[in-house]
Amino acid sequence: MIELTALTKRYGSFTAVDAIDLRVPKGELFGFLGPNGAGKTTTLRMIAGILRPTAGTVKIGGVDIAADPIAAKRILGFIPDRPFIYEKLTGIEFLRFVGGLYNQNGKDIEHRSRELLALFDLENWRDELVESYSHGMRQKLIISSAFVHKPDVIVVDEPMVGLDPKAARILKDLFREYVRRGHTIMMSTHTLEVAETMCDRIGIIQNGKIRALGTMADLRAASTHGDSGLEDIFLRLTGENAAREFVDVLDA
Amino acid sequence: MPEENLTPSFLHLLSPKWQTIRARATKKEQGSSGRAVALGAVGIMFWGFIFTVLFRLLSYFKGIPEIGPLLAGKLLGLLLLSFFGMLLLSNVIASLSTFFLAKDLDLLVAGPVDWLRLYFAKLTETCAYSSWMVVLLAVPIFVAYGVAFDGGPMFVLVVIAALIPFLILPTVIGSAVTLLLVNAFPARRTRDILTVIGLLAAGGLVLLFRLMRPEQLARPEGFKSLIEFIAVLKTPTSPWLPSEWVQTGLMSWLRHEPDFLPFYLLSSTSAAFLVLGAGLHRQLYSKGFTKAQEGAERWAKETRSSSLFKRMLAPLGIVRRELVLKEVRLFFRDATQWSQLILLAVLVVVYVLNIKLLPIRGGGVTFFVSNLIPFLNLVLAGFVLASIAARFIFPGISLEGRTMWLLRSSPLAMRELLWSKFWVGTIPLLVMALALVTVTGMLMHVTEFIMLVSIFTITMMTFAIAGLAVGFGTMYPRFETENAAQIPTSFGGLLFMMASIVLIAAVIMLEARPVFGYLGSRAFGAESSTAEMVIGFGLAGLLCAAATLIPIRVALKRLEALEA
Repeated sequence: MIELTALTKRYGSFTAVDAIDLRVPKGELFGFLGPNGAGKTTTLRMIAGILRPTAGTVKIGGVDIAADPIAAKRILGFIPDRPFIYEKLTGIEFLRFVGGLYNQNGKDIEHRSRELLALFDLENWRDELVESYSHGMRQKLIISSAFVHKPDVIVVDEPMVGLDPKAARILKDLFREYVRRGHTIMMSTHTLEVAETMCDRIGIIQNGKIRALGTMADLRAASTHGDSGLEDIFLRLTGENAAREFVDVLDA
Repeated sequence: MPEENLTPSFLHLLSPKWQTIRARATKKEQGSSGRAVALGAVGIMFWGFIFTVLFRLLSYFKGIPEIGPLLAGKLLGLLLLSFFGMLLLSNVIASLSTFFLAKDLDLLVAGPVDWLRLYFAKLTETCAYSSWMVVLLAVPIFVAYGVAFDGGPMFVLVVIAALIPFLILPTVIGSAVTLLLVNAFPARRTRDILTVIGLLAAGGLVLLFRLMRPEQLARPEGFKSLIEFIAVLKTPTSPWLPSEWVQTGLMSWLRHEPDFLPFYLLSSTSAAFLVLGAGLHRQLYSKGFTKAQEGAERWAKETRSSSLFKRMLAPLGIVRRELVLKEVRLFFRDATQWSQLILLAVLVVVYVLNIKLLPIRGGGVTFFVSNLIPFLNLVLAGFVLASIAARFIFPGISLEGRTMWLLRSSPLAMRELLWSKFWVGTIPLLVMALALVTVTGMLMHVTEFIMLVSIFTITMMTFAIAGLAVGFGTMYPRFETENAAQIPTSFGGLLFMMASIVLIAAVIMLEARPVFGYLGSRAFGAESSTAEMVIGFGLAGLLCAAATLIPIRVALKRLEALEA
């Protein structure tokens, strides 16, 4: 469903994403991991059609997003890491607006909007302006908006930030069920436990390049140091030696 | 260790602001030097214009014995009084942001920062934000006074000595008013209330000033005797106002009879107000800051009128209807946006009133003149439209800024977005433009021909000005600005206004020949040429069509290439 070929993004002399090749098939929940500044958000924003690649292609459901952006975006839902939305719309109005962007309205959108708001405990806030929502509530509203038009593919940047434990649990179950129904989700996360338990496959990116790719079993098998958990594999691959630095910093 | 070393200094608290200004000034962007040169040139032209007009006026005043310096003083007093009003209003609004809504407050309030230093740092910031424009405006005015009355180089120091307390006073008063208001209402609601009150006050003042018909007061023959006139001039406008103290102090220096009492009054009063302001801040700030964190609950349910409006938009299709609905909702729910309609209404009333008072009827006024003025009225109407478009249409794309991710990741064609912005702005603008032109035309009893020309021209110009506003607004977006009212004051806004002026001038020049020809034929029986009419109006129409479509096309390319 998502196909990246030699995807590259450069900002001047800095290469944020360096010729990535990746295929996320239909019905898969793909986890995208990497340290801060590794190129995760840039990759996801290129898939969503917000950033233009310097080189390479992005295909959504076989449609090249550069060649036919409207057709590719029609089957896509995007959840950004920072929940910026129209402050002066109410929750329900925002969901209707998003439905309208995908040329959908009427009873289906109304029904689905209400269901999604209820799922995330926002039904009492549906007629209140977004400006009075907390960070977590905005995040829940944006997540709802990505589902409101039933896209085939959902691209999510850091979905768990700001969510309360209940909402985080709902989101995990929702993602699993959505994928089980044949849709595709690609998400970036820093919560390794989430990636380990939820994702069918995991890709680890660093300095714009994919360092590891596969199921948890593949990653474990590829580790020559006998790491069993994703955290150990991640830290070894990304060269983070947190403990030593930690001591050094405290002693400084 | 002495205690003052434990808390950050006043200058340290201000350093991020200073560093931000420095970073902005030194940041090299493509075309930034060109922008700086263009802005500088416009600024110097503006200063030059104010200086020249005022210098001529003051030189004329100086030549009138007895009354001259009095008139100059009265004028300075009025200018300073309006400055004081502006400063008071902008300080009230600015201090709400700096003291209660600024993003750095969490850090400062949570840190070990002494309350008095925080107060002075925020007060300085407020003063700088709200006073820089007035100071820039005041420079050519004071220079004109200094040069016209031979103030000498020391006059600069005298002005600075008077101006510093004059700027401090409204800052202290303005922030104290805000402090009291925030303690009474939540900050977001306070902002709305302040914006509306501020604009109502500004609009009311403009209207009041116009209704007083100051042009009549300027005629001394209206007074019974010269002595009475001088007595009126000598009476201070308001002896308790700092603007009057500044005026008295500066004029005493310029008359070469220095009087230091006003300077003493200014400095002692501002010092006393600083102490009082600090005391009030100590008492109420922490309570107010807590209150400012509370969100104002605001609900919005679908009403009958809104669902009727929604049904009326149904023929547009789902995407366009939702875009239009969103635009309308965001506009009418944002006090910083809809409240500008108050100023707009005032502008229109003053405009129509001025037209009504124009002496274009009666003896000595020919048919030619009484029809030519309504035609030239189109230039003014065009300026009114351009300034309204700058306020309401130009910021459209900038306001999408932070939500651009949603529009860019959805299957919405950017063309749809731009055209929805265009139509949502153009239709009300067109209704207003047509009403303005027909009402003023009727007030001036114009001929059918001039009325038709006016309607044709204003319609075409409205489309063109709206196209330019959408185009320049997209080419020079200000995504980081949250307040819509600040967006038109950007470099792009300036370019848009300049482009509009060129367009209005070009349209009027193209139409001038056929209109002159027609009026000449009616007044003096000369032949009017049909070919001239077709060419003149045809070219004007083509120019407007080009000015509508080309900027939107360029904007579309810019928007599609945008990485937000």
